[in-house]
Amino acid sequence: MLDISPAEWTAILLSLRVAVMATLVATPFGIALAWLLARKDFWGKPVLDALVHLPLVLPPVVTGYLLLLTFGRRGLVGSFLADHLGIVFAFRWTGAALACGLMSFPLLVRPIRLSIEAIDRRLEQAAETLGAAPWKVFFTVTLPLALPGVLAGMVLGFAKAIGEFGATITFVSNIPGETQTISSAIYSLIQTPDGDAAAGRLVIVSIVLALGALIAAEWFARRAIARLHGN
Amino acid sequence: MLQVDVEKQLGEFSLSASFTSEGRVIGLFGASGAGKSSLVNMIAGLLRPDRGTIVIDGETVDDTTAGIHVPTWRRRIGYVFQDARLFPHLSVAQNLDYGRRMNRLAADPAQHKRIIDLLDIGALQGRRPGKLSGGERQRVALGRALLSRPRLLLLDEPLGALDEGRKLEILPYLVRLRDEANVPMVYVSHDVAELRQLATQIVMLKQGRVTSFGGVKVLA
Repeated sequence: MLDISPAEWTAILLSLRVAVMATLVATPFGIALAWLLARKDFWGKPVLDALVHLPLVLPPVVTGYLLLLTFGRRGLVGSFLADHLGIVFAFRWTGAALACGLMSFPLLVRPIRLSIEAIDRRLEQAAETLGAAPWKVFFTVTLPLALPGVLAGMVLGFAKAIGEFGATITFVSNIPGETQTISSAIYSLIQTPDGDAAAGRLVIVSIVLALGALIAAEWFARRAIARLHGN
Repeated sequence: MLQVDVEKQLGEFSLSASFTSEGRVIGLFGASGAGKSSLVNMIAGLLRPDRGTIVIDGETVDDTTAGIHVPTWRRRIGYVFQDARLFPHLSVAQNLDYGRRMNRLAADPAQHKRIIDLLDIGALQGRRPGKLSGGERQRVALGRALLSRPRLLLLDEPLGALDEGRKLEILPYLVRLRDEANVPMVYVSHDVAELRQLATQIVMLKQGRVTSFGGVKVLA
C-alpha cells in the first residue's frame, strides 16, 4: 500500500542506522551520567544537570553549529580525531549519529535517572553485607533493577534520534545516501514541485516509528514497576 | 568473639557502647530508639563510628585511632534485616546463591542442602520473592545470609514485621540455627520472650548506653 521508492528506502535505512548507532554509543554514557546525577552530590552538579538538558532547549541549529566548530575538519577535536585516529564526522553519517546522539541525550538520561532513584537503596546495602564490592552491587543489583528504565530511555532516545533535523542538517548537511535522513529527505521533498506524495509516505513512516517507540517506552516503564515489586 | 567499644553522635542522639562477648547468641535488648540498630549497623560497617574499635573474630574491622575501617563487603558478616530485603529481580534460588557468588566461594552442596533443609525452603527455590509470604521471605533471607558463610550473623528484629502466628512459625528455625549452624549471632530485639528463648548473653541498651550485661537473667 505504501509504494516506497529506492531513494526513500535509502533515507529510511540511513535514519535507522544513524539512530541505532547514536543510541548504542550514547547509552553507556547515559547510564553513567544518570547514576552520577541520581546518587552523587558533588560540586558543579547543577551545572552538569543543566548541560545534559541543554540540547533540549538550545536551538538545534546552534547545537549543530557548535558541533561543526568542534568536530568539523578544522575544529579542535575534529582535526585531532581525523589526524590521529582517522575518525571523521564532518559530512559523514557518523557525524549525523553524533548530532542525533547529543540531541537525544536528555531523553535517554531521564528515564534511567528516575529508575535509579526509585531503587530501594537498602537492597544495595543487603548486597554489600553479602560480600559484593560496590561495582558488583552496581552490576548485579542497581543495573538489573534499573533495566526497564534503561530500555525506556533507549527507546525514547532512539525515537528522538530518528527524527532529529536541525542539528544534523547544520552539522553534516543533506547528502543523499550519506547524511540525508528521513527528516532532511522530507525537507528536500517539500521544496521540490512534485515531492508531495513522497514526502507524505515518509511522514507516515515517521509517525509509525514515533508511535511505536512511545508505546514501547510505556511498556518498559510498566515492567519497571512490576520488577521493583518482585513479581 | 566480638569486641565493641564505640561512640557515635547521630543528631541529638549519642550512642556509647562497650562490651565483649564470647556468647553464641548475643541478645541486644532495648526499647525502640535505644540505639540497637545503629550499633548493629556499626558492627556491619554500614555506619562508621566517631571513635572506638570493633573486633570480629580477632580481626580489627574498625579502629578510629589507627584509621581502620574495613568496608561492609569485606567483613564476612551475614545480616538479616527486619524487612528481608530479598532481591526482587532474582529467584529464591538465585537469592540464596548470591553471597557465594560474590565471595567467589566454591560450591558446597552438603552445606547448601543442610541449610535449605534446616529452614525448609527447598520447595520455594523456583519462586520469585514477590510470591512469598512474610515468614517464607524471612526464612529465605536467613538462608541467604548463612550461605554466604559469615563468621558472624547479625539479626535486626528479624521477626519484627511478622504477626504472632508467623513469629511462632519462625522461632523454632532460629533455635535450630543457634544449636546447629555454628555461627555466632547478634540478635536484636525489644521482645523479652524472644530473647529468653534464643540468647545466651544479653547486652541491654537504654538511650544509647549499655545498662547491663550478662546472662538472660538480666532481662528479669
